[in-house]
Amino acid sequence: MIAGISIYEILTVTSILFFIGIYGFITRKNLISILISIELIMNASVVNFVIINKYLYPDILQGVLFSIFIIAVTAAETALAVAIIINLYRQISSVEVKDTETMKY
Amino acid sequence: MNLNYTILIPLIPLAVFLLLGIFNQKIKPAISGYIGVFGLIASGILSFYTAYQYFFIYGKVDGVYQTFVEKTVWMNFTDTLHIDMGVLIDPISVMMLIVVSIVSLMVHIYSRGYMKGDDGYTRFFAYLSLFSFSIYGLVLATNLFQIYIFWELVGVSSYLLIGYYYTKTSAVAAAKKAFIVTRFADLGFLIGILIIGYYTGTYDFETLNNPEGSAILNWASTSFMGLSVITWALILIFMGGAGKSAMFPLHIWLPDAMEGPTPVSALIHAATMVVAGVYLVARLFPMYYFVEDGFALNIVAYVGAFSSLFAAVIAITQTDIKRVLAFSTMSQLGYMMLALGVSGYDGHEGVGYMASMFHLFTHAMFKALLFLGAGSVIHAVHSNYLKDMGGLRKYMPITNITFLIAALAISGIPPFAGFFSKDEILVAAFEHNKLIYYVSVFVAGLTAFYMFRIYFGIFWGKEREYKHTPHESPLSMTFPLMILALLSISTGFIPFSEFVSADKAGFETHLDYPLAAIAIAVGLIGIIVAWIFYKKENNLADKFANGFGFLYKWASNKFYFDEIYMFVTKKILFKRVAAPIAWFDKKVVDATMEGIGNKTVVTSNKIKGIQSGKVQDYALYFVSGVVVIALVFIYLWTN
Repeated sequence: MIAGISIYEILTVTSILFFIGIYGFITRKNLISILISIELIMNASVVNFVIINKYLYPDILQGVLFSIFIIAVTAAETALAVAIIINLYRQISSVEVKDTETMKY
Repeated sequence: MNLNYTILIPLIPLAVFLLLGIFNQKIKPAISGYIGVFGLIASGILSFYTAYQYFFIYGKVDGVYQTFVEKTVWMNFTDTLHIDMGVLIDPISVMMLIVVSIVSLMVHIYSRGYMKGDDGYTRFFAYLSLFSFSIYGLVLATNLFQIYIFWELVGVSSYLLIGYYYTKTSAVAAAKKAFIVTRFADLGFLIGILIIGYYTGTYDFETLNNPEGSAILNWASTSFMGLSVITWALILIFMGGAGKSAMFPLHIWLPDAMEGPTPVSALIHAATMVVAGVYLVARLFPMYYFVEDGFALNIVAYVGAFSSLFAAVIAITQTDIKRVLAFSTMSQLGYMMLALGVSGYDGHEGVGYMASMFHLFTHAMFKALLFLGAGSVIHAVHSNYLKDMGGLRKYMPITNITFLIAALAISGIPPFAGFFSKDEILVAAFEHNKLIYYVSVFVAGLTAFYMFRIYFGIFWGKEREYKHTPHESPLSMTFPLMILALLSISTGFIPFSEFVSADKAGFETHLDYPLAAIAIAVGLIGIIVAWIFYKKENNLADKFANGFGFLYKWASNKFYFDEIYMFVTKKILFKRVAAPIAWFDKKVVDATMEGIGNKTVVTSNKIKGIQSGKVQDYALYFVSGVVVIALVFIYLWTN
């Protein structure tokens, strides 16, 4: 219940955020950029959790708690991804997506 | 009376087989021979104990020998139709126990000498024990299915032993031939069993053989092509028996089976396994006799009579002594079959049944003796052929005398065992079927002739060039010869009819002097003719053979039956039936399956580019999929 703003407007913003993340994930050439794009997707869903909780069940906080949970998981996931990227860099001296195509048919 | 111990009779040889088979390489040959012999001695003692107990202590109740059965249900089909495993003790099974025990033990002892130094010594004894287990199980079977199981087991052990010298091509071919021919016959046996099971609802011998039982009384309930189905089943079962007992026209495997070691021929192809067919008919005798007034039994009689004549004629012309003995076995088996065929049921009417079993008993003794004697000769001169033998009586006195005793026994000369049993067969044939009687008298003459032909050929006649001087075989080989010779003389005096008869009540038999005189005369004529032809080297026999011209040639080629079967299988079955089916299998069935496989490979080669290894491509596919599904849910799946 934010005065003057309906749920549709906020959901539109998060949808835009989500699709920017998808777009980045598909088109970026750098592994780090892809990781950042994933963060955008995650943020979109976190905001959705909070908003929907706020508008549908204002009396309970489950959605909010869940968003905190997601932030924690995302942090762990990012740490893991960065570790993988660093190891990859040590092997092939590159963080470009086009250099990581050996796992094919 | 507790019969549980009888189960040990087959189980001891089985244990010996497993022991020798599993530790084949680890057991020294000398020890494995002893293990085999002692296993058989243990089984033999139990068999004799059973026989003594049965015939003299508890077997007879109110003058009739009872049938004792110990069994457990092994496999259930319906409440009444089930397959049991167990032991059945009645006069013929006990008699067979004695036959198997004596012959098998003698052959085991003999083999210790005969097979000495052979590479597969332990393997040989393992197979012999397997065979002993199977034949004991067959003899003691309580129902048709159990007998069928052991029937196949003796077939397998026969196959293994015929092909014992597996580096020899002819032995391998003979083993395969024996297995395939008997297997073909057993197909009939199996169908017969299934028909019996379907129409009578039981496999149990006791229920089937009860003359007042439903199986026999209701034989006419269903008919097929003019005959009762039960008659058909019995004919098919006889087909199995004929295959095992080498009856015409399924006899072709027996002569070739002589490729196996000689002790094996004595045990399996003379005394025990080949009589399984006779035993089977005797086991189901009440059914054969009562169903459709003995229609199936008539077939048994005529097949037996024809086989005995057919084999005797061929035996005259053969030059391999083991083959002569093989055809002689076939001829004598024909005798047993025809005796069963002309038998009645009650009291003295059942003389044929008794005579058949009596002949089975005595024949086992003297035919095993003949084979073991022949083995002893072959051991000495290293050849199977008559042309390599002659004048051996000086070198091998024991073999000579025991072989003579056996030859006299099979020729039906008193007081040797064969005379008594053959006389009973002739009496039975004379009383029931004159045609068969004349055939069997003629065969008796032929038997004496061909037996003494090889006797004189081996032990008299001109001495040949031997590579080394022939010598008498060691005691381990001559000892069984002497024991069996003793039995060939004495077993004829057993009052057999008191122990074994069709209605189990026993009856008195007396020698029928006119018939006995005819039989002896015919036998003596055969011997004298053989004496004239073969005692001294002369060309009378050749002249005689030439006189018969093409008939002689036909007989010496076994009437070309092998060639006919080869023609039928190779030219007709293989070419006209099997080849088109093989073509269909290759070009249609296989091609379809291969086509499916090939198409899969080609397609997957084409589409494997999708797996590019680029993570972002995968993400794109995934997102596109999600978008498509989302669109479907939003616009199409709206109720």
